Amino acid sequence: MSQLTQADLLAKFPFLTARASLDYVAVNTPADKLVELARTLRDELGFDVLTDLAGMDWDKAAPRFSVVYHFYGSTSKQFLRVNCAAPDDTAPSVPSLTGLYPSADWHEREAYDLMGIRFEGHPDLRRILMWDSYPFHPLRKEFPLAGIDTPVPSADLIEATGIHAAPAPMAGGPFVSSCGTTLASGEPRALDQSWNESKPKA
Amino acid sequence: MSNNAAAASEIAYDSKIEGEIIVTRADAVVNWLRANSVWPMPMGLACCAIELMAAGGSRFDIARFGMEVMRFSPRQSDCMIVAGTVTYKMAEVVRRIYDQMAEPKWVVAMGACASSGGMYRSYATLQGVDRIVPVDVYISGCPPRPEALLDGMLLLQEKIHSERNSVRDTFKGRHRIIDTKVVG
Ligand code: SF4
Repeated sequence: MSQLTQADLLAKFPFLTARASLDYVAVNTPADKLVELARTLRDELGFDVLTDLAGMDWDKAAPRFSVVYHFYGSTSKQFLRVNCAAPDDTAPSVPSLTGLYPSADWHEREAYDLMGIRFEGHPDLRRILMWDSYPFHPLRKEFPLAGIDTPVPSADLIEATGIHAAPAPMAGGPFVSSCGTTLASGEPRALDQSWNESKPKA
Repeated sequence: MSNNAAAASEIAYDSKIEGEIIVTRADAVVNWLRANSVWPMPMGLACCAIELMAAGGSRFDIARFGMEVMRFSPRQSDCMIVAGTVTYKMAEVVRRIYDQMAEPKWVVAMGACASSGGMYRSYATLQGVDRIVPVDVYISGCPPRPEALLDGMLLLQEKIHSERNSVRDTFKGRHRIIDTKVVG
């Protein structure tokens, strides 16, 4: 099967815009046209697999949130990347693709859980990784890696132990390995080693 | 008969003198029984569990120490081996399973994650399983090799051997003082 090019797609769908890419064909679509696009991709263009979707937080840029989809044609052996920006920055939401691709179900729940992007039309949009009563969306840019103090989900655990989900002691972390050095000197270590749990930050 | 053997036979058990009776302490017997049949609860939560499985296989053979009977029911297990990363969401389950285990019970924190949260200094990870259950032995490593696990389990056996009033305290329901309240 012949490979689809970006020009083909732009000609076929006037609402698409070109998206820079180093590997696969990539396009931007407006949120209200996403389902229409996906249906044509699946039924006419042979993109029968939705391999992945990922929520993105572009921080200061507008629009702030978008969802990136990777479609795959199992006959043409071709990947296609579609970026769909969420129109609203405070309550971001895009249409759900669960009606077309069942594989979207858990991916959308994950993006909702960690990014707070709602997927309209999802049959069961619950958190999938964090517990149901968790109040934050931890992969958003403003969320600190160490976490924010919250109660843990179980009342009897709190009663028995008194624990709560306190911010983790970062001790100069996060711990990253530096590249471009030898394996030994590039070992994961804290970015700022001038402080730790017993020696507070100056 | 050499001198050594003669000396040894004098202090050894002699059925002609003692009849069919062995005199010892209850603690010694009970602890000996307990230490040699520790049934582990494999609380495998992440990569460390793979090494725990290796320890159960024939190459490392945890059966040599009477610990091969991995029990997936807390009612039947004595020692919870927490092998892996404990998230706040999972903490409830770990604690509940611990509560369901019958006395006497022990906990081994296997690996960096179970001991201290390990490299996961993040919003989702409990920073050490000792915040929710009393830990008897910590094993370092990411992951610890099966030998390290066996070493930790031998340490646990030593600890069991050194327990006092094992029988009385078990029946009075105060085998161990459980106080895991953490502050801060
Ligand atoms: S200590 Fe290392 S090997 Fe063990 S569970 Fe944590 S990350 Fe995995």
